[in-house]
Amino acid sequence: MKIIVAIKQVPERDARIRIDAEAKWIDLRDVEFMMNESDAYALEEALQLKEAHGGEVVVLSAGPERVGKTIREALAKGADRAIHIESDDLAGYDALGVASLLAAAIREDDGEDPDLILTGLQSDDLGLGQTGVILAELLNLPHASLILKIEKTGSGIKVLRELEDGWFQHLELPAPAVLTIQSGNSKLRYATLMGIKRAKTKEVRRVTVADLITVDPGAKPADPVVQLDRVSLPSKQRTTQILSGSPAEAAAALVEKLQFEVRAL
Amino acid sequence: MSSVLVFLENKNREISRISWEAMAAAHTLAEGLGLPVDLALAASPGNPIFEKIHGKAPRTVYAIDDKLLHDYTADGFTEAYRQLIEHVKPAYVVLPHTYQVRDFAPRLATRFKQVLISDVTGIEAPSGTTTPAFIRQLLQGKLNATYRHPGTGVCFLSVQAGAFRADPAHGGATTLEPFHPKLDAGQIRVKPGEPFRASAQTVDLGSAAILVSVGRGIKEEANLPIVQELATALGAELAASRPICDNGWLPMERQVGSSGQTVAPKVYLAIGISGAIQHLVGMKGSQCIVAINKDENAPIFEVADYGIVGDLFEIVPALTAAVRKVKA
Repeated sequence: MKIIVAIKQVPERDARIRIDAEAKWIDLRDVEFMMNESDAYALEEALQLKEAHGGEVVVLSAGPERVGKTIREALAKGADRAIHIESDDLAGYDALGVASLLAAAIREDDGEDPDLILTGLQSDDLGLGQTGVILAELLNLPHASLILKIEKTGSGIKVLRELEDGWFQHLELPAPAVLTIQSGNSKLRYATLMGIKRAKTKEVRRVTVADLITVDPGAKPADPVVQLDRVSLPSKQRTTQILSGSPAEAAAALVEKLQFEVRAL
Repeated sequence: MSSVLVFLENKNREISRISWEAMAAAHTLAEGLGLPVDLALAASPGNPIFEKIHGKAPRTVYAIDDKLLHDYTADGFTEAYRQLIEHVKPAYVVLPHTYQVRDFAPRLATRFKQVLISDVTGIEAPSGTTTPAFIRQLLQGKLNATYRHPGTGVCFLSVQAGAFRADPAHGGATTLEPFHPKLDAGQIRVKPGEPFRASAQTVDLGSAAILVSVGRGIKEEANLPIVQELATALGAELAASRPICDNGWLPMERQVGSSGQTVAPKVYLAIGISGAIQHLVGMKGSQCIVAINKDENAPIFEVADYGIVGDLFEIVPALTAAVRKVKA
């Protein structure tokens, strides 16, 4: 089984939020980065499938040089090799543009076609929740989203999909297919010391956008159809009374509010 | 003439509440642009569900009718909706941001070389030469962003649950028009199974007057008794955000948020919950929201009526003691 896992590097969960000078994004100076959470679960599912059925796990990521660190982390956890689409200006692409680059890299990857393409359900930074589904359409493959479990069957796969309000559903898909993975179903592994050491010798193939377009002129992303105009800090939806003082004082103040203003006690 | 086309969602033979909110968002958008609103729903024209359509009267209601749409599949819905959009030629397509829409709408937009503006929380009407602006949240709700669709071609957007207020029921003449897409069973590559619930529900969070809800800030399962004690003191039910249930520390049926339950108690105490969008959509309708969190910039404070910034391991036991004192 050849499995490609598309992962994204995103700002760390607790990153300080300062809007940049152009009001287009946050100031990334001093920001630490991490592997997008649901992508980490997609990688974990891929590694478990490989352990059960053999094959190869190829990590695919797009972004500037710093993305190399997240790619190494995926290799240290057990991915076999990686493709890094190097680009310093991904912010200029919309979701269709980024997915077009990923699709081109998957098409031109050496060797056999993948049996499965996995990615996270959505990114923790832009949160569009679309890249995997768009990728499926561009590659003309079936897809399923919000997937918790994957089982290999004779001719394809059977997956468990999360629905709303605590409901679930099984789906059967032929392979190859694209799946977007929901966080939280399995325990993420840590990279071992041996894994970290091995990762240094694993292949990371760097391709530029220009390389992809040379091989596949169709990969050239069109002008974005959707544009981010500006970002701003959210305005409060309710007026929050902050209760200060020592824990005991704040607690007493809250109980008084719940008793006499909310009338809930 | 161009229009705003809204796709309603049929969930368990009802039109889901968020569909009405999407319809209200579509009317807001259409009024700013001077366009009519059309609705569409995948169901046969004789289906009684069409009698339940209310709110401001649309121009036309399309009944997208084909037996291959009886069970939802991304392949079937994408192709049927594509054909209706080709037929109606709307300027805007508005969808409720549900799990089902998230599954097919990016694919549908791609078929028109467009990108869905997903999870929209606000719409700014066009002024002068500008196109409408769409607000959505980034970084799990810590940042707002304004998006535009400057080009030609149909603009796709999905609206977040609870972001728009559904319009009250109005009468009004509407034409129901059947639409028969050309579908072939071979186009549907995915075989869907029957939806099921993991286990019987034994807790009804919806009927609790007070909910004490716990998140990542609790750090370890062994720390849960301090929130349980607070819940007991308050006569409240214990609830949780997704990571707590994913870890198996509390059962799934206590999970609040888009993948769990939607609640609106009299008081909702969010303890160590940062307030990611997926959690907020499940509880922001609560009458009174109390947030206890160490991070004063956590998005939960944007929806809280009362907040205590600090260490929950000090504040929660103090609160339990204070509650016991007034209840004694």
